[in-house]
Amino acid sequence: MNPTLDKLLGGKQGAIGLALLAALILVVFPLALDAFRLNMVGKYLTYAFVAVGLVLCWGYGGILSLGQGIFFGLGGYCMAMFLKLEASDPERTKIQSTPGIPDFMDWNQITELPLLWEPFHSLSFTLIAVVVVPVLLALVIGIAMFKRRVGDVYFSIVTQAIALILTVLIIGQQGLTGGVNGITDLRTLKGWDIRSDEAKLILYFVSAALLIGCILIARFIIASKLGRLLLAMRDKEERVRFSGYDVASFKIFVFCVGAAFAGIGGAMFTLQVGFMSPSFVGIVPSIEMVIFAAVGGRLSLLGAVYGALLVNFGKTYFSESFPELWLYLMGGLFIVVVMYFPNGLAGLWDSHGKRCLARLRRKPQVLVTPPPAVIATGKRPTPELETTP
Amino acid sequence: MNSPAGFQAAKPVLAIEGLTVSFDGFKAVNDLNLYVDRNEVHVVIGPNGAGKTTVLDLICGKTRATAGSIDFDGRELTKMREYDIVRAGVGRKFQNPSIYENLTVFENLEMSYPAGRKVFGALFFKRTQEVIERVEQVAQEIMLGDHLHRQAELLSHGQKQWLEIGMLLMQDPQLLMLDEPVAGMSVSERVATADLLNRISQGRSVLVIEHDMEFVKSIAHRVTVLHQGKVLAEGSMEAVQSNPKVIEVYLGH
Ligand SMILES: Nc1ncnc2c1ncn2[C@@H]1O[C@H](COP(=O)(O)OP(=O)(O)OP(=O)(O)O)[C@@H](O)[C@H]1O
Ligand SMILES: [Mg+2]
Repeated sequence: MNPTLDKLLGGKQGAIGLALLAALILVVFPLALDAFRLNMVGKYLTYAFVAVGLVLCWGYGGILSLGQGIFFGLGGYCMAMFLKLEASDPERTKIQSTPGIPDFMDWNQITELPLLWEPFHSLSFTLIAVVVVPVLLALVIGIAMFKRRVGDVYFSIVTQAIALILTVLIIGQQGLTGGVNGITDLRTLKGWDIRSDEAKLILYFVSAALLIGCILIARFIIASKLGRLLLAMRDKEERVRFSGYDVASFKIFVFCVGAAFAGIGGAMFTLQVGFMSPSFVGIVPSIEMVIFAAVGGRLSLLGAVYGALLVNFGKTYFSESFPELWLYLMGGLFIVVVMYFPNGLAGLWDSHGKRCLARLRRKPQVLVTPPPAVIATGKRPTPELETTP
Repeated sequence: MNSPAGFQAAKPVLAIEGLTVSFDGFKAVNDLNLYVDRNEVHVVIGPNGAGKTTVLDLICGKTRATAGSIDFDGRELTKMREYDIVRAGVGRKFQNPSIYENLTVFENLEMSYPAGRKVFGALFFKRTQEVIERVEQVAQEIMLGDHLHRQAELLSHGQKQWLEIGMLLMQDPQLLMLDEPVAGMSVSERVATADLLNRISQGRSVLVIEHDMEFVKSIAHRVTVLHQGKVLAEGSMEAVQSNPKVIEVYLGH
């Protein structure tokens, strides 16, 4: 196989895993679920973008960001600003005291579109901003933190603080951001009604395809020398530094990639759900996203997607039946996973699933072979997880 | 400087002058002067806590000097960033073998290959024939030619030390600094390491910290004895060994 293609697919095992996931989200879900449920899965998949980014930053880069909601929110708000402007044309808003500006601005006695909003008349600008705005903020945070070599825990706390500050800012600047309600009542994208079932189906597929694209990019990074450097840094950061590498630049890079993925996820969220609000930016959603990655397995890109899906199915089920219990359950789940299954579902699969599969094949003389060329697959099961038949 | 060309050739590759570092008032290195010549194997010995490791930390930028200068081939290291110091040609082995345990010998060496050192370089780095040949050549040199695909954590302690030396050789540094390279090695491994050092010191300078006197004898061109952050004595191994001050503070017990 072409080496680049091989890198992207992550070897034979990686290709099979990815094909299964693609089949599940591109074929099984659309066939099996009704429009409402499918839209819900589409929403979960937008969180999976963040979880995949967290596998890169946290699993590989060793940097635990507890503020990924920031980037998800920024991407989502960029998209929402564009859609809101389109929904606020002078014709439709003629009863306002200032027609042509978003309704919440009018309610806040704003008489002119703020400068910040102007460029969001352009779809191309918006699509670029969805990625670039989160990346720029990640770059600033990354440079400020990693060049100064702040500790891991300190970094996590600072990302939380930024998530909190951003939430407070969004809520406070009601006239500019729609405040606590967020930006709602989004209707069309270049005249195409995003609320129709058909549009939702198409957006679901776009979102799923983008997610697979992000997984491929992440695989490429992990399989490259940069991916190996990240693992090496987690093991012996000093050795990497004194081998002539600028350790901070690699951390900044994966943090920015994670932010870009989160931004795309946020934009797809806005498109599919039809609004964006500060409740997706703050501390709680940011921590939830870490839980998705932890449950899936923080070293497994595909695991992150399954983690996001499963935890959200659970959340929907439980918060419909026992809403007050969910938060405790989620906390408990996180503790159990971190303490007993540090490699999450992917780790369980590596240690048990494969063995069961081999047994099912009923060929007792065939032992479970250790994964060939773990390097090439970019997925390195930790030694204690390796299957010993 | 207007020194004549002939003098230039004899100029030391590394010139440490007036170097001082103070940890909360405690001067671990105190007004130190130390010179390493081209193609020289220079060994630093001294009792525990004399400041030997700290000197290496200062040279490679891990610790920042309170005062003094470190001139490496015309460049002032005290103000350079760690990775720039490495890229300028200074390689450093740590006191405890510091290798990537989860990677194979091949990958450990490849990691130190001086290409793909920046973000996008690393992203698109390709394992070319040139890289493979260089890795194999260095692996041969450090006696790990038959273990290329072994996971590094499965190597013996001595082999790990060699692997780390090999990782430095990948960068072909002008100055190689080794902190206790034979600590924990068997006698035969020590002999092999001495041969290795004598081979790899061709065409480069080596600064070694060691406690093992037999080993020091077999490699050193010049020995500096460090005591309480200062130079106590300097010269050939014989001269140093018969120096009464050195015997008193270090060799005597
Ligand atoms: N970062 C630091 N902060 C405070 N004190 C330090 C620091 N680094 C070293 N020291 C102190 O400086 C002194 C010199 O330490 P150093 O490690 O350089 O000794 P050494 O000569 O390498 O000894 P050994 O032979 O045991 O390796 C010691 O007393 C040590 O405690
Ligand atoms: Mg020491």
